[in-house]
Amino acid sequence: MLACLLPALVLFAVFMVYPTVNVFRMSLYTWSGFSPDMKFVGLDNFRHLIDDEQFVRAFQNTVTLLVVVTAVTMGMGLFLAAIMTRQKLRSRNFLRFVLYIPNVLSVVVIAAVFSAIYDQNNGLLNSMLRLVSLDSWQQVWLGDQKVVLYSVGIAMVWQSLGYYMVLYMSSMSSIPEELYEASGLDGASATRQFFSITMPLIWQNLRTSLTFFIMSAVNLSFVLVRAMTGGGPDSSSEVLLSYMYKQAYTNSSYGYGMAIGVVIFAFSFLVSLLMSRATKREPLQF
Amino acid sequence: MTVINTPRPPAARSRIGRVLTYVLVIALALAIAVPVAWVLLASLKKKSEFFGSPWTLPEGLRLQNYVDAFTDAHMGQYFATSVFVTVLGLVLVLAVSVPAAYVIARYEFKGKGFVELLLLGGLFVNVNYIVVPIFLMLVDWDKALVDVFPGGFFLDNPSVLSLVYAATSIPFTIYLLTAYFRSIPVAYEEAASIDGASRFRIMTRIMLPMARPAITTVILFNFLAYWNDFIISLTLLPGEGKTVQVGLLNLFTAQKAAADYGRLYAGMVIVIVPVLIVYAFIQKRLIEGMASGGVKG
Repeated sequence: MLACLLPALVLFAVFMVYPTVNVFRMSLYTWSGFSPDMKFVGLDNFRHLIDDEQFVRAFQNTVTLLVVVTAVTMGMGLFLAAIMTRQKLRSRNFLRFVLYIPNVLSVVVIAAVFSAIYDQNNGLLNSMLRLVSLDSWQQVWLGDQKVVLYSVGIAMVWQSLGYYMVLYMSSMSSIPEELYEASGLDGASATRQFFSITMPLIWQNLRTSLTFFIMSAVNLSFVLVRAMTGGGPDSSSEVLLSYMYKQAYTNSSYGYGMAIGVVIFAFSFLVSLLMSRATKREPLQF
Repeated sequence: MTVINTPRPPAARSRIGRVLTYVLVIALALAIAVPVAWVLLASLKKKSEFFGSPWTLPEGLRLQNYVDAFTDAHMGQYFATSVFVTVLGLVLVLAVSVPAAYVIARYEFKGKGFVELLLLGGLFVNVNYIVVPIFLMLVDWDKALVDVFPGGFFLDNPSVLSLVYAATSIPFTIYLLTAYFRSIPVAYEEAASIDGASRFRIMTRIMLPMARPAITTVILFNFLAYWNDFIISLTLLPGEGKTVQVGLLNLFTAQKAAADYGRLYAGMVIVIVPVLIVYAFIQKRLIEGMASGGVKG
């Protein structure tokens, strides 16, 4: 019996538990990585973070992305799922197939696709704006400090919308049809039905997905930023994980980088916990 | 004849709503399909065709970009690495997770609660956080073994990359498989053991075939995770050998600087096509599997 468990547990311990513990441990040291010179500094790394403008910037960017992308993706995902399940669109399966495609593509591909979309001169977006005579709306989508974060955000929504739509569709389709029929006879509008029947009944599913969304958005923003902008221009699209990566590899400040890692860990855990508390409702049965 | 005076059904309004719904959903589908289709078309364009309007169709079926991407940009070689790493990763994760999940689902043992809790916690640890310590650990191992392997063994080794992929997807895999094993009635195993089947035989001959849907789901999700990863492979394969994703990232930087996009788009198609083929074949199962328990963003 042990022979069945042991390989999995050993691999898990070596490549997940130990490195995780190490993130916390290393955050208390200053260490340049390859030298044996490792000095215990306690919480100094964390103290430095507060005065580090780049870190504060990365933190703000992460929070902005989390709030905007979560609101847009989940809102649109819910809305789409509701009309796709309620309205029985004829081409529903095909649409579902298409909308889920970005979720199977790699982030590098998405980054490359969006570079083609955002390209200043020959990009799809700017040339489309020229086509409809909205020339003044043209932007340097990935080169403008004010715009770049939202450009990344749009790519994030593009990537994950289909996933959340499908997730909500599957829990919505298990709601019994009678509930809608009965309320329809009572004269409830589709909007009313959505808020009084659909939402309460899929609430638990919504809560779980919110928790996972926060975790995955933190990670997705990192890989996208890493591949699309490298954090630029002038760190205006830097997010927490990309800043951690930069400190660890480019700057060889492993201890400092790991302190950032600990902050992200604590932050996303805390946000998930708060979200879970804030959205707690009595579970409804149907 | 009495005229029954019913309130007029809001047919007109609902028709407008329906049309608007269609317009919206189709616009979204186009927002996804157009860029993807555009990449496919652009991969057939000549260098000179990239300037001017991006909406013109390619002049002909020009496959030179693919030849260039495969050979000059080494995408063919990276492709082989990716296939190797992905397949080995899948084999490894199944080899260690299936027996473990079976034991957790069916047997009581000391410390079981702790093991389950630990694995559950692992679901929340994303590899992006721990890729730095994993890298440093492998550097240390290489240092310790420098006498045996002067060139290093653990870094730049695709098999080790597979091992890391497998290890980091253990929590998700065991979680999903355990849940599925638990849903299979114990009666099957009891019947088999009365017939004299060994525990090993029960697992391989009865439980495995019955758990096929769950195993397929696990393979799909892990396939996508391994094939699409680039952060871990970027870190653990810093040398010449690369996976397709890292190769594409390099191609991306190089071609952009040179304003020569043909190869880049061909490279993208090379990376996208296997995933789209797999997706097209198994989309139904993928979506069912996602709904039935795999919350993995």
